[in-house]
Amino acid sequence: MSTLTPAAPRNTSAGPTALNTGTRKRGKSRMDPTRNNTAAGLAAWLLALLFVAPVLWMILTSFHSETDAATNPPSIAANLTLDAYREFFGQTSGVSPWPSLINSATASILSTVLVLVLAIPAAYALSIRPVKKWTDVMFFFLSTKMMPVVAAILPLYLFARTVGALDNIWFLILMYTSMNLPIAVWMMRSFLAEVPEEMLEAAQIDGAGLLLTLRKIIAPVAMPGIAATALICFIFSWNELLLARVLTGVVAGTAPVFLTGFVSGQGLFLAKVCAAAVVISLPVLFAGFAAQDKLVQGLSLGAVK
Amino acid sequence: MTTATARISRPGHHAAKPTRNARSRERALAWARRAPLLPALIFLIVVTQLPFVVTLIISFLNWNSLSPDKTAFAGLENYATVLTDPDLRQAIFTTILLTVSVVLISLLVGLGLALLLDKKFIGRGLARTLLIAPFLVVPVAAALIWKHALLNPTYGLINGILTWVWSLFGSATAPQLDLLSQAPMMAVIVSLVWQWTPFMMLILLAGLQSRPMDTVEAAQMDGATPWAIFRHLTLPHLRQYLELGGLLGAIYIVQNFDAVFTLTAGGLGTANLPYAIYQTFYFANEYGLASAAGVVVVIGTIIVATFALRTVFSLFKKEAAR
Repeated sequence: MSTLTPAAPRNTSAGPTALNTGTRKRGKSRMDPTRNNTAAGLAAWLLALLFVAPVLWMILTSFHSETDAATNPPSIAANLTLDAYREFFGQTSGVSPWPSLINSATASILSTVLVLVLAIPAAYALSIRPVKKWTDVMFFFLSTKMMPVVAAILPLYLFARTVGALDNIWFLILMYTSMNLPIAVWMMRSFLAEVPEEMLEAAQIDGAGLLLTLRKIIAPVAMPGIAATALICFIFSWNELLLARVLTGVVAGTAPVFLTGFVSGQGLFLAKVCAAAVVISLPVLFAGFAAQDKLVQGLSLGAVK
Repeated sequence: MTTATARISRPGHHAAKPTRNARSRERALAWARRAPLLPALIFLIVVTQLPFVVTLIISFLNWNSLSPDKTAFAGLENYATVLTDPDLRQAIFTTILLTVSVVLISLLVGLGLALLLDKKFIGRGLARTLLIAPFLVVPVAAALIWKHALLNPTYGLINGILTWVWSLFGSATAPQLDLLSQAPMMAVIVSLVWQWTPFMMLILLAGLQSRPMDTVEAAQMDGATPWAIFRHLTLPHLRQYLELGGLLGAIYIVQNFDAVFTLTAGGLGTANLPYAIYQTFYFANEYGLASAAGVVVVIGTIIVATFALRTVFSLFKKEAAR
């Protein structure tokens, strides 16, 4: 973590990875480390299971029949079935979630692409060849993120209504782009700042042009960071509810808006709710686990490595 | 011009380069540096700052879209309403309570988890991966699961487990909870803490692992108790991580809409400001009032942020000086 402890060598920054492989050097002098760690391990596992239990319960319930899902005490060993998924995908009810899933995918992917197109050059101008007062620019970006969406949503809604952009996926894409851009600039700057100066200097001495430097020196170092940033922006867009709820309707409604159809109870529908929650959370779970190694750095806007 | 000096961006440095028209060349260089930044900057100003200016203007209007003829300048009337209307005052209080409690609890639990995960034990990587899962459930989906599958008073898992445990001891009258109607604020807090604890844990774990181990080892050699090491070495080191987690968590939780909307629909005193503002403009069509409430949120956020930003800034300056 080079940010907070400048004296530490850069390579100690591989926090999460080192944790996974368990290769981090620890003190040999710790008193009775085995007993200590068994207790800690047990406690950690118990808590981990407690935290993941709602997720597991959601998955299990989604494979139960509606009658088995709504029992007290819970029927953990009930027969498994795909009925809830069939029901969710509208084979019996006739309401298909596909349009909303496609809208969500469109809005999340395209806004993420736009964010990258805008954020990468900006991050370049804030790290590799920084403008004067680049810290001020960084804090301007961050301050826009501190403004709650509700403080700007009415004018946006009125504007969209006036120009006929209500219930239009493109307007939502622009909103998501602005929502994620500040975060992406911060993340990306921290990833680009990892490009070793010596390599940039060497490239310049060798007379490498901008494109060659970008391709051969900056891209290889920054690529994992760019990928992680993209995944995190995708997650935030996919999760967003307030803007989608206000700015879209039947045509451009996204998956979270579709989910709000389950807010009030509808008789026996627990398995279907769980199936819906599983399906709609799957892309986020995949994206999150894919970005796991860079998740901390990304979510902390690059402040923690 | 070397890249090393470019990083520190020393003004007037380029002048050292021998050119016939140094000044104009320097200016061109400065603009070449700024150019990649401009699209992002302009886009963000147009999409976020302009609407806020409009919000500011509307907040001084008496504007209900259901009776547009009565639209007129209202002065500070809307602000007076925001601060005196019992519902909106309640919303301000709810927002503060929700944000403070969720941030503090998830920081504490996250700290506990991070301390445990900092130790070596079997399956540590897997435990960590499992712990991240709550953060990776779509917030509306998570709120739905809490509402219907966990907290539902008749067939939710929590009451189900209570019934099951009591029946193990031969009792048919297990206590049954109904958080959603009896303590709805608690229901919202619990579900948000569940989602945000992994986030705090990740940041604090990264902080723990960047701890310089040599001082800890030296302290152990000198016979310091684990508590003394935690209190005097670990905690001071973690301070900025705690602040960072708290700041980022607060930014997101102040704006929370999904959990309140899904779990309680703002009922029974759980409507926070984002939800109340949504109601005010979307259903009550009180555009002026909603805008004034929005401005109040921004002012509140700015007050919190100026304190919180110092943290980020101190972290950031260290990096910038690198």
